Amino acid sequence: MTEELHDVRLTVNGVAHDVQVPARRLLSDALRHDLALTGTHVGCEHGVCGACTVLVDGRPMRSCLMFAVSAVDAEITTVEGLTEPDGSLGPVQQAFAECHGLQCGFCTPGFLTTITAGLRENPRPTHDECRDMIAGNLCRCTGYQNIVKAVERAAAIQQAASVEERA
Amino acid sequence: MKPAPFDYRRPGSLPEALEALAGEPNAKVLAGGQSLVPLLSMRLAAPAMLVDINGLPGLADITVDASGVRIGALARHADVLASADVRRVQPLVSEALAHVAHATIRNRGTTVGSIVHADAAAEMPVVLSLVGGSVEVASVRGTRTIAADDLYVGPLETSLAHDEIATSAFFPALAPGAGVAFEEIARRHGDYALCGGGAVVDGDSVRVGYVSVADVPTVVDLSGVPLGELGEAALAHLEPADDIHATAAYRAQLVRVLTERVVRAAMAATSSKENPA
Ligand SMILES: Cc1cc2nc3c(=O)[nH]c(=O)nc-3n(C[C@H](O)[C@H](O)[C@H](O)COP(=O)(O)OP(=O)(O)OC[C@H]3O[C@@H](n4cnc5c(N)ncnc54)[C@H](O)[C@@H]3O)c2cc1C
Ligand code: FES
Ligand code: FES
Repeated sequence: MTEELHDVRLTVNGVAHDVQVPARRLLSDALRHDLALTGTHVGCEHGVCGACTVLVDGRPMRSCLMFAVSAVDAEITTVEGLTEPDGSLGPVQQAFAECHGLQCGFCTPGFLTTITAGLRENPRPTHDECRDMIAGNLCRCTGYQNIVKAVERAAAIQQAASVEERA
Repeated sequence: MKPAPFDYRRPGSLPEALEALAGEPNAKVLAGGQSLVPLLSMRLAAPAMLVDINGLPGLADITVDASGVRIGALARHADVLASADVRRVQPLVSEALAHVAHATIRNRGTTVGSIVHADAAAEMPVVLSLVGGSVEVASVRGTRTIAADDLYVGPLETSLAHDEIATSAFFPALAPGAGVAFEEIARRHGDYALCGGGAVVDGDSVRVGYVSVADVPTVVDLSGVPLGELGEAALAHLEPADDIHATAAYRAQLVRVLTERVVRAAMAATSSKENPA
Protein backbone atom coordinates (compact mmCIF):
# COMPACT_ATOMS: atom_id res chain seq x y z
CA MET A 1 0.00 0.00 0.00
CA THR A 2 1.37 3.43 -0.84
CA GLU A 3 0.44 5.93 1.77
CA GLU A 4 -1.66 8.94 0.80
CA LEU A 5 0.25 12.22 0.88
CA HIS A 6 -1.28 15.52 1.91
CA ASP A 7 -0.31 18.92 0.56
CA VAL A 8 0.40 21.05 3.58
CA ARG A 9 1.51 24.65 3.87
CA LEU A 10 3.47 25.16 7.09
CA THR A 11 4.30 28.71 8.18
CA VAL A 12 7.51 28.52 10.17
CA ASN A 13 9.42 31.54 11.47
CA GLY A 14 7.41 33.72 9.10
CA VAL A 15 8.20 31.69 5.96
CA ALA A 16 5.60 29.54 4.17
CA HIS A 17 6.78 26.06 3.15
CA ASP A 18 4.77 23.69 0.96
CA VAL A 19 5.36 20.05 1.81
CA GLN A 20 3.79 16.72 0.94
CA VAL A 21 3.49 14.51 3.99
CA PRO A 22 1.57 11.45 5.15
CA ALA A 23 -1.06 12.27 7.78
CA ARG A 24 0.94 10.50 10.46
CA ARG A 25 3.98 12.80 10.05
CA LEU A 26 4.58 14.36 13.47
CA LEU A 27 5.13 18.11 13.35
CA SER A 28 8.55 17.54 14.97
CA ASP A 29 9.55 15.21 12.11
CA ALA A 30 8.15 17.56 9.46
CA LEU A 31 10.27 20.39 10.87
CA ARG A 32 13.41 18.29 11.08
CA HIS A 33 13.15 16.04 8.03
CA ASP A 34 10.95 17.86 5.53
CA LEU A 35 12.11 21.42 6.32
CA ALA A 36 15.64 20.56 7.56
CA LEU A 37 15.08 22.76 10.63
CA THR A 38 17.00 20.49 12.96
CA GLY A 39 17.11 22.99 15.83
CA THR A 40 13.96 21.37 17.22
CA HIS A 41 15.09 18.25 19.10
CA VAL A 42 13.19 15.04 19.75
CA GLY A 43 13.74 13.26 23.06
CA CYS A 44 10.91 11.13 24.37
CA GLU A 45 8.36 11.55 21.58
CA HIS A 46 5.47 11.31 24.00
CA GLY A 47 5.13 14.75 25.47
CA VAL A 48 7.18 14.37 28.64
CA CYS A 49 10.64 15.86 28.05
CA GLY A 50 9.84 19.15 26.33
CA ALA A 51 12.85 19.13 23.94
CA CYS A 52 10.54 19.42 20.92
CA THR A 53 8.61 22.45 22.22
CA VAL A 54 7.83 25.05 19.54
CA LEU A 55 5.55 28.09 19.59
CA VAL A 56 2.21 27.64 17.84
CA ASP A 57 0.58 31.03 17.39
CA GLY A 58 2.91 32.22 20.14
CA ARG A 59 2.04 29.51 22.65
CA PRO A 60 4.48 26.71 23.60
CA MET A 61 3.29 23.30 22.43
CA ARG A 62 4.88 19.88 21.99
CA SER A 63 5.66 19.39 18.29
CA CYS A 64 5.87 15.61 18.91
CA LEU A 65 2.19 15.64 19.93
CA MET A 66 0.91 17.40 16.82
CA PHE A 67 0.57 16.20 13.26
CA ALA A 68 1.92 18.43 10.50
CA VAL A 69 -1.44 18.17 8.70
CA SER A 70 -3.10 19.62 11.80
CA ALA A 71 -0.79 22.66 11.88
CA VAL A 72 -2.02 24.21 8.62
CA ASP A 73 -3.64 27.29 10.09
CA ALA A 74 -0.85 28.05 12.56
CA GLU A 75 2.17 30.35 12.75
CA ILE A 76 5.01 28.19 14.07
CA THR A 77 8.15 29.52 15.70
CA THR A 78 11.13 27.21 16.23
CA VAL A 79 14.40 27.90 17.99
CA GLU A 80 15.80 29.06 14.64
CA GLY A 81 13.24 31.88 14.78
CA LEU A 82 14.50 33.24 18.11
CA THR A 83 17.64 34.93 16.78
CA GLU A 84 17.56 38.64 16.00
CA PRO A 85 17.07 39.70 12.35
CA ASP A 86 20.83 40.50 12.13
CA GLY A 87 21.67 36.93 13.17
CA SER A 88 22.79 37.79 16.72
CA LEU A 89 21.44 35.85 19.69
CA GLY A 90 17.99 36.68 21.03
CA PRO A 91 17.73 37.69 24.71
CA VAL A 92 16.94 34.21 26.03
CA GLN A 93 19.73 32.64 23.96
CA GLN A 94 22.14 35.35 25.18
CA ALA A 95 21.17 34.66 28.79
CA PHE A 96 21.77 30.90 28.36
CA ALA A 97 25.24 31.62 26.97
CA GLU A 98 26.08 34.00 29.83
CA CYS A 99 24.73 31.80 32.64
CA HIS A 100 26.03 28.46 31.35
CA GLY A 101 22.42 27.36 30.92
CA LEU A 102 23.38 24.48 28.65
CA GLN A 103 25.90 21.71 28.54
CA CYS A 104 25.12 19.15 25.81
CA GLY A 105 22.32 21.36 24.43
CA PHE A 106 19.88 18.58 23.70
CA CYS A 107 17.10 20.04 25.83
CA THR A 108 17.95 23.67 25.02
CA PRO A 109 15.63 24.43 22.06
CA GLY A 110 12.61 23.47 24.18
CA PHE A 111 13.74 25.65 27.08
CA LEU A 112 14.43 28.61 24.79
CA THR A 113 11.01 28.53 23.12
CA THR A 114 9.19 27.95 26.41
CA ILE A 115 10.99 30.79 28.19
CA THR A 116 10.57 33.18 25.26
CA ALA A 117 6.79 32.75 25.46
CA GLY A 118 6.84 32.72 29.27
CA LEU A 119 8.59 36.09 29.47
CA ARG A 120 6.23 37.56 26.93
CA GLU A 121 3.34 36.66 29.22
CA ASN A 122 5.18 37.59 32.43
CA PRO A 123 8.13 39.95 31.76
CA ARG A 124 9.06 40.31 35.47
CA PRO A 125 8.84 36.81 36.96
CA THR A 126 9.71 36.10 40.58
CA HIS A 127 12.25 33.37 41.33
CA ASP A 128 9.41 30.89 41.93
CA GLU A 129 7.70 31.90 38.69
CA CYS A 130 10.98 31.30 36.84
CA ARG A 131 11.09 27.78 38.26
CA ASP A 132 7.45 27.20 37.39
CA MET A 133 7.99 28.45 33.83
CA ILE A 134 10.43 25.61 33.10
CA ALA A 135 8.72 22.91 35.18
CA GLY A 136 7.55 21.05 32.06
CA ASN A 137 11.02 20.70 30.53
CA LEU A 138 13.64 18.11 31.44
CA CYS A 139 17.41 18.64 31.35
CA ARG A 140 19.59 15.64 32.06
CA CYS A 141 23.00 17.26 32.30
CA THR A 142 23.25 20.99 33.03
CA GLY A 143 21.10 20.95 36.13
CA TYR A 144 18.35 23.45 36.69
CA GLN A 145 20.16 26.04 38.83
CA ASN A 146 21.83 27.70 35.89
CA ILE A 147 18.72 27.43 33.75
CA VAL A 148 16.68 29.27 36.40
CA LYS A 149 19.46 31.90 36.54
CA ALA A 150 19.23 32.20 32.76
CA VAL A 151 15.48 32.89 32.97
CA GLU A 152 16.16 35.69 35.44
CA ARG A 153 19.01 37.02 33.29
CA ALA A 154 16.85 36.91 30.13
CA ALA A 155 14.17 38.95 31.90
CA ALA A 156 16.82 41.49 32.92
CA ILE A 157 18.23 41.70 29.36
CA GLN A 158 14.76 42.30 27.96
CA GLN A 159 13.97 44.96 30.54
CA ALA A 160 17.23 46.78 29.84
CA ALA A 161 16.46 46.63 26.11
CA SER A 162 12.97 48.06 26.56
CA VAL A 163 14.32 50.87 28.79
CA GLU A 164 16.88 51.67 26.07
CA GLU A 165 14.16 51.67 23.44
CA ARG A 166 12.08 54.12 25.44
CA ALA A 167 15.07 56.42 26.08
CA MET B 1 8.17 5.29 17.64
CA LYS B 2 5.84 6.55 14.94
CA PRO B 3 2.09 6.13 14.54
CA ALA B 4 0.76 3.52 12.10
CA PRO B 5 -0.80 4.95 8.91
CA PHE B 6 -4.36 6.27 9.11
CA ASP B 7 -6.82 8.14 6.91
CA TYR B 8 -7.09 11.76 7.92
CA ARG B 9 -10.15 14.00 7.76
CA ARG B 10 -10.27 17.62 8.78
CA PRO B 11 -13.94 18.53 8.36
CA GLY B 12 -15.06 22.16 8.35
CA SER B 13 -18.47 21.51 9.91
CA LEU B 14 -19.91 19.33 12.65
CA PRO B 15 -22.34 17.41 10.35
CA GLU B 16 -19.40 16.55 8.06
CA ALA B 17 -17.38 15.32 11.04
CA LEU B 18 -20.29 13.18 12.26
CA GLU B 19 -20.76 11.67 8.78
CA ALA B 20 -17.07 10.75 8.63
CA LEU B 21 -17.22 9.08 12.06
CA ALA B 22 -20.43 7.22 11.20
CA GLY B 23 -18.86 5.89 7.98
CA GLU B 24 -15.79 4.30 9.60
CA PRO B 25 -16.28 2.07 12.65
CA ASN B 26 -12.57 2.24 13.46
CA ALA B 27 -12.32 6.05 13.42
CA LYS B 28 -11.20 8.22 16.33
CA VAL B 29 -11.69 11.89 17.14
CA LEU B 30 -8.50 13.99 17.33
CA ALA B 31 -8.87 16.96 19.68
CA GLY B 32 -5.75 18.29 21.46
CA GLY B 33 -3.92 15.01 20.85
CA GLN B 34 -2.17 15.21 24.23
CA SER B 35 -3.42 11.75 25.19
CA LEU B 36 -4.16 10.28 21.77
CA VAL B 37 -0.88 11.05 19.97
CA PRO B 38 1.29 9.30 22.61
CA LEU B 39 -1.01 6.26 22.33
CA LEU B 40 -0.61 6.31 18.54
CA SER B 41 3.15 6.80 18.70
CA MET B 42 3.53 3.92 21.15
CA ARG B 43 1.18 1.94 18.90
CA LEU B 44 -1.17 1.23 21.77
CA ALA B 45 -3.85 2.46 19.37
CA ALA B 46 -4.00 2.20 15.57
CA PRO B 47 -7.31 3.60 14.32
CA ALA B 48 -8.09 3.41 10.59
CA MET B 49 -9.11 7.07 10.52
CA LEU B 50 -8.63 10.23 12.53
CA VAL B 51 -11.33 12.89 12.39
CA ASP B 52 -9.56 16.09 13.39
CA ILE B 53 -12.09 18.40 15.04
CA ASN B 54 -9.67 21.35 15.37
CA GLY B 55 -11.14 23.01 12.27
CA LEU B 56 -14.76 22.94 13.51
CA PRO B 57 -16.29 26.38 14.16
CA GLY B 58 -17.92 27.44 17.44
CA LEU B 59 -16.57 24.68 19.67
CA ALA B 60 -13.99 26.74 21.57
CA ASP B 61 -16.52 28.76 23.57
CA ILE B 62 -16.58 28.93 27.36
CA THR B 63 -19.99 30.20 28.51
CA VAL B 64 -20.61 31.10 32.11
CA ASP B 65 -23.92 32.10 33.70
CA ALA B 66 -25.58 31.73 37.10
CA SER B 67 -26.47 28.09 36.39
CA GLY B 68 -22.89 27.01 35.69
CA VAL B 69 -20.02 26.70 33.26
CA ARG B 70 -20.28 25.24 29.77
CA ILE B 71 -16.98 24.34 28.12
CA GLY B 72 -16.82 23.72 24.37
CA ALA B 73 -14.92 20.75 22.95
CA LEU B 74 -12.10 22.90 21.58
CA ALA B 75 -11.56 25.06 24.66
CA ARG B 76 -7.99 24.36 25.78
CA HIS B 77 -7.22 23.63 29.44
CA ALA B 78 -5.18 26.88 29.49
CA ASP B 79 -8.14 29.01 28.38
CA VAL B 80 -10.48 27.46 30.93
CA LEU B 81 -7.89 27.93 33.69
CA ALA B 82 -7.39 31.59 32.72
CA SER B 83 -11.11 32.40 32.92
CA ALA B 84 -11.99 34.48 35.99
CA ASP B 85 -15.70 33.80 35.33
CA VAL B 86 -15.16 30.04 35.55
CA ARG B 87 -13.28 30.47 38.85
CA ARG B 88 -16.08 32.59 40.30
CA VAL B 89 -18.98 30.31 39.34
CA GLN B 90 -17.37 26.86 39.83
CA PRO B 91 -13.96 27.25 41.50
CA LEU B 92 -13.37 23.49 41.67
CA VAL B 93 -12.85 23.46 37.89
CA SER B 94 -10.07 26.03 38.14
CA GLU B 95 -8.48 24.54 41.25
CA ALA B 96 -8.30 21.09 39.67
CA LEU B 97 -7.08 22.37 36.29
CA ALA B 98 -4.03 23.90 37.94
CA HIS B 99 -2.93 20.29 38.60
CA VAL B 100 -3.49 19.06 35.04
CA ALA B 101 -0.08 18.53 33.42
CA HIS B 102 2.24 21.46 32.63
CA ALA B 103 1.37 24.76 30.98
CA THR B 104 2.68 23.56 27.62
CA ILE B 105 0.36 20.53 27.61
CA ARG B 106 -2.53 22.70 28.80
CA ASN B 107 -2.00 25.01 25.82
CA ARG B 108 -3.07 22.22 23.44
CA GLY B 109 -5.06 19.69 25.48
CA THR B 110 -8.81 20.20 25.75
CA THR B 111 -10.85 19.91 28.93
CA VAL B 112 -13.62 18.01 27.14
CA GLY B 113 -11.04 15.65 25.60
CA SER B 114 -9.76 14.88 29.07
CA ILE B 115 -13.30 14.25 30.35
CA VAL B 116 -14.14 11.74 27.60
CA HIS B 117 -10.70 10.13 27.68
CA ALA B 118 -11.92 8.98 31.13
CA ASP B 119 -8.55 8.36 32.73
CA ALA B 120 -8.98 7.67 36.45
CA ALA B 121 -5.59 9.36 36.97
CA ALA B 122 -6.92 12.59 35.42
CA GLU B 123 -8.43 15.42 37.42
CA MET B 124 -11.33 16.62 35.26
CA PRO B 125 -13.38 13.38 34.99
CA VAL B 126 -13.66 13.13 38.76
CA VAL B 127 -14.48 16.86 39.05
CA LEU B 128 -17.34 16.36 36.57
CA SER B 129 -18.63 13.45 38.69
CA LEU B 130 -18.20 15.33 41.96
CA VAL B 131 -20.21 18.40 40.92
CA GLY B 132 -22.84 16.35 39.04
CA GLY B 133 -21.98 17.67 35.59
CA SER B 134 -22.80 16.31 32.17
CA VAL B 135 -21.57 16.17 28.58
CA GLU B 136 -23.50 17.10 25.45
CA VAL B 137 -22.85 14.67 22.59
CA ALA B 138 -23.78 14.69 18.92
CA SER B 139 -24.00 12.01 16.23
CA VAL B 140 -25.75 11.57 12.89
CA ARG B 141 -28.74 10.41 14.98
CA GLY B 142 -29.02 13.73 16.85
CA THR B 143 -27.84 15.06 20.20
CA ARG B 144 -28.16 13.84 23.78
CA THR B 145 -26.98 14.78 27.25
CA ILE B 146 -25.09 12.22 29.35
CA ALA B 147 -24.92 12.81 33.11
CA ALA B 148 -21.51 12.17 34.69
CA ASP B 149 -23.00 9.26 36.67
CA ASP B 150 -23.88 7.50 33.39
CA LEU B 151 -20.69 8.50 31.55
CA TYR B 152 -17.95 6.42 33.16
CA VAL B 153 -18.50 2.73 32.60
CA GLY B 154 -14.99 1.26 32.99
CA PRO B 155 -11.28 2.02 32.89
CA LEU B 156 -10.74 4.54 30.05
CA GLU B 157 -14.27 3.74 28.90
CA THR B 158 -17.33 5.97 28.54
CA SER B 159 -20.89 5.40 27.37
CA LEU B 160 -20.25 7.47 24.20
CA ALA B 161 -20.92 5.50 21.01
CA HIS B 162 -17.97 5.25 18.61
CA ASP B 163 -19.53 7.80 16.25
CA GLU B 164 -20.48 10.40 18.87
CA ILE B 165 -18.59 13.66 19.40
CA ALA B 166 -18.75 15.38 22.77
CA THR B 167 -19.50 18.98 21.86
CA SER B 168 -19.38 20.47 25.36
CA ALA B 169 -19.25 19.69 29.07
CA PHE B 170 -21.38 21.38 31.71
CA PHE B 171 -20.32 22.00 35.33
CA PRO B 172 -23.18 23.29 37.54
CA ALA B 173 -22.42 26.41 39.61
CA LEU B 174 -21.24 26.04 43.17
CA ALA B 175 -24.26 26.32 45.49
CA PRO B 176 -24.34 29.50 47.63
CA GLY B 177 -22.57 28.82 50.93
CA ALA B 178 -20.90 25.63 49.69
CA GLY B 179 -17.11 25.22 49.67
CA VAL B 180 -14.70 23.28 47.48
CA ALA B 181 -11.01 22.35 47.52
CA PHE B 182 -8.62 20.22 45.52
CA GLU B 183 -5.38 18.65 46.74
CA GLU B 184 -2.98 16.18 45.24
CA ILE B 185 0.39 14.55 45.72
CA ALA B 186 2.55 13.98 42.65
CA ARG B 187 6.25 13.17 42.33
CA ARG B 188 6.78 16.42 40.46
CA HIS B 189 4.29 19.26 40.08
CA GLY B 190 2.42 18.64 36.80
CA ASP B 191 2.88 14.87 36.82
CA TYR B 192 -0.14 12.61 37.08
CA ALA B 193 -1.06 12.38 40.76
CA LEU B 194 -0.04 9.46 42.98
CA CYS B 195 -3.25 10.34 44.75
CA GLY B 196 -5.53 13.35 44.53
CA GLY B 197 -8.86 14.43 45.90
CA GLY B 198 -11.46 17.12 45.41
CA ALA B 199 -14.07 17.93 48.05
CA VAL B 200 -17.46 19.62 47.99
CA VAL B 201 -18.91 20.64 51.36
CA ASP B 202 -22.48 21.93 51.22
CA GLY B 203 -24.31 22.23 54.55
CA ASP B 204 -24.18 18.73 56.09
CA SER B 205 -23.19 17.09 52.83
CA VAL B 206 -19.50 16.16 52.43
CA ARG B 207 -18.38 14.44 49.22
CA VAL B 208 -14.86 13.63 48.05
CA GLY B 209 -13.75 12.50 44.59
CA TYR B 210 -10.49 10.62 44.09
CA VAL B 211 -7.82 10.71 41.39
CA SER B 212 -5.46 7.74 40.79
CA VAL B 213 -7.03 5.62 43.54
CA ALA B 214 -9.59 3.44 41.72
CA ASP B 215 -9.60 2.51 38.02
CA VAL B 216 -12.61 4.72 37.32
CA PRO B 217 -13.39 8.23 38.63
CA THR B 218 -14.76 7.58 42.13
CA VAL B 219 -16.78 9.79 44.49
CA VAL B 220 -17.38 8.87 48.16
CA ASP B 221 -20.09 10.39 50.38
CA LEU B 222 -18.61 11.24 53.79
CA SER B 223 -21.56 13.23 55.18
CA GLY B 224 -21.82 12.91 58.96
CA VAL B 225 -18.31 11.46 59.46
CA PRO B 226 -16.45 13.32 62.24
CA LEU B 227 -13.22 15.15 61.41
CA GLY B 228 -10.27 12.92 62.21
CA GLU B 229 -12.11 9.80 60.99
CA LEU B 230 -12.61 10.87 57.37
CA GLY B 231 -9.64 8.96 55.94
CA GLU B 232 -10.63 5.60 57.44
CA ALA B 233 -14.24 6.16 56.43
CA ALA B 234 -13.16 6.86 52.85
CA LEU B 235 -10.95 3.75 52.75
CA ALA B 236 -13.99 1.61 53.61
CA HIS B 237 -15.23 2.49 50.09
CA LEU B 238 -11.91 2.32 48.24
CA GLU B 239 -9.37 -0.34 47.36
CA PRO B 240 -6.15 1.46 46.43
CA ALA B 241 -4.00 -0.73 44.19
CA ASP B 242 -0.26 -1.25 43.68
CA ASP B 243 1.31 0.10 40.55
CA ILE B 244 4.70 1.20 39.28
CA HIS B 245 4.27 4.60 40.98
CA ALA B 246 3.20 3.61 44.49
CA THR B 247 2.33 0.63 46.67
CA ALA B 248 -1.25 0.07 47.79
CA ALA B 249 -0.26 0.75 51.40
CA TYR B 250 1.33 4.07 50.50
CA ARG B 251 -1.71 5.07 48.45
CA ALA B 252 -3.99 4.19 51.36
CA GLN B 253 -1.89 6.46 53.58
CA LEU B 254 -2.21 9.25 50.99
CA VAL B 255 -6.00 8.74 50.97
CA ARG B 256 -6.03 9.14 54.78
CA VAL B 257 -3.96 12.31 54.71
CA LEU B 258 -5.48 13.95 51.65
CA THR B 259 -9.11 13.23 52.59
CA GLU B 260 -8.71 15.00 55.91
CA ARG B 261 -6.76 17.84 54.31
CA VAL B 262 -9.10 18.48 51.39
CA VAL B 263 -12.29 18.31 53.49
CA ARG B 264 -10.87 20.78 56.02
CA ALA B 265 -9.86 23.09 53.16
CA ALA B 266 -13.35 22.89 51.61
CA MET B 267 -14.92 23.63 55.03
CA ALA B 268 -12.64 26.62 55.44
CA ALA B 269 -13.75 27.82 52.02
CA THR B 270 -17.43 27.71 53.13
CA SER B 271 -16.86 29.72 56.30
CA SER B 272 -14.74 32.31 54.53
CA LYS B 273 -17.67 32.89 52.19
CA GLU B 274 -20.36 32.98 54.86
CA ASN B 275 -18.51 35.53 56.98
CA PRO B 276 -16.95 37.89 54.48
CA ALA B 277 -14.25 39.79 56.37
C1 LIG C 1 3.28 14.92 29.58
C2 LIG C 1 1.79 14.90 29.82
C3 LIG C 1 1.30 15.04 31.12
C4 LIG C 1 -0.06 15.02 31.35
N1 LIG C 1 -0.49 15.16 32.64
C5 LIG C 1 -1.80 15.15 32.89
C6 LIG C 1 -2.29 15.29 34.23
O1 LIG C 1 -1.53 15.44 35.19
N2 LIG C 1 -3.64 15.25 34.42
C7 LIG C 1 -4.51 15.10 33.37
O2 LIG C 1 -5.71 15.08 33.59
N3 LIG C 1 -4.10 14.98 32.10
C8 LIG C 1 -2.76 15.01 31.84
N4 LIG C 1 -2.35 14.87 30.54
C9 LIG C 1 -3.36 14.65 29.45
C10 LIG C 1 -3.99 15.95 28.96
O3 LIG C 1 -4.80 16.52 29.97
C11 LIG C 1 -4.86 15.77 27.70
O4 LIG C 1 -5.06 17.04 27.21
C12 LIG C 1 -6.23 15.16 27.89
O5 LIG C 1 -6.17 13.94 28.55
C13 LIG C 1 -6.90 14.82 26.55
O6 LIG C 1 -7.34 15.94 25.88
P1 LIG C 1 -6.98 16.14 24.35
O7 LIG C 1 -7.77 17.29 23.88
O8 LIG C 1 -5.51 16.26 24.21
O9 LIG C 1 -7.57 14.81 23.68
P2 LIG C 1 -7.00 13.82 22.58
O10 LIG C 1 -5.66 13.32 22.97
O11 LIG C 1 -7.15 14.44 21.25
O12 LIG C 1 -8.09 12.65 22.72
C14 LIG C 1 -8.12 11.78 23.83
C15 LIG C 1 -9.22 10.73 23.60
O13 LIG C 1 -10.52 11.33 23.70
C16 LIG C 1 -11.20 11.27 22.44
N5 LIG C 1 -11.81 12.59 22.26
C17 LIG C 1 -11.21 13.80 22.46
N6 LIG C 1 -12.07 14.80 22.28
C18 LIG C 1 -13.26 14.23 21.97
C19 LIG C 1 -14.56 14.75 21.69
N7 LIG C 1 -14.81 16.05 21.71
N8 LIG C 1 -15.56 13.86 21.41
C20 LIG C 1 -15.32 12.53 21.40
N9 LIG C 1 -14.13 11.98 21.66
C21 LIG C 1 -13.10 12.82 21.94
C22 LIG C 1 -10.16 10.91 21.41
O14 LIG C 1 -10.73 10.18 20.34
C23 LIG C 1 -9.19 10.09 22.22
O15 LIG C 1 -9.64 8.78 22.34
C24 LIG C 1 -0.97 14.88 30.26
C25 LIG C 1 -0.49 14.76 28.96
C26 LIG C 1 0.88 14.76 28.73
C27 LIG C 1 1.38 14.60 27.33
S1 FES D 1 10.13 14.87 22.28
FE1 FES D 1 8.30 15.97 22.47
S2 FES D 1 8.16 16.15 24.60
FE2 FES D 1 9.87 14.84 24.42
S1 FES E 1 21.96 20.53 28.39
FE1 FES E 1 22.14 18.38 28.20
S2 FES E 1 20.09 17.75 28.60
FE2 FES E 1 20.02 19.81 29.07
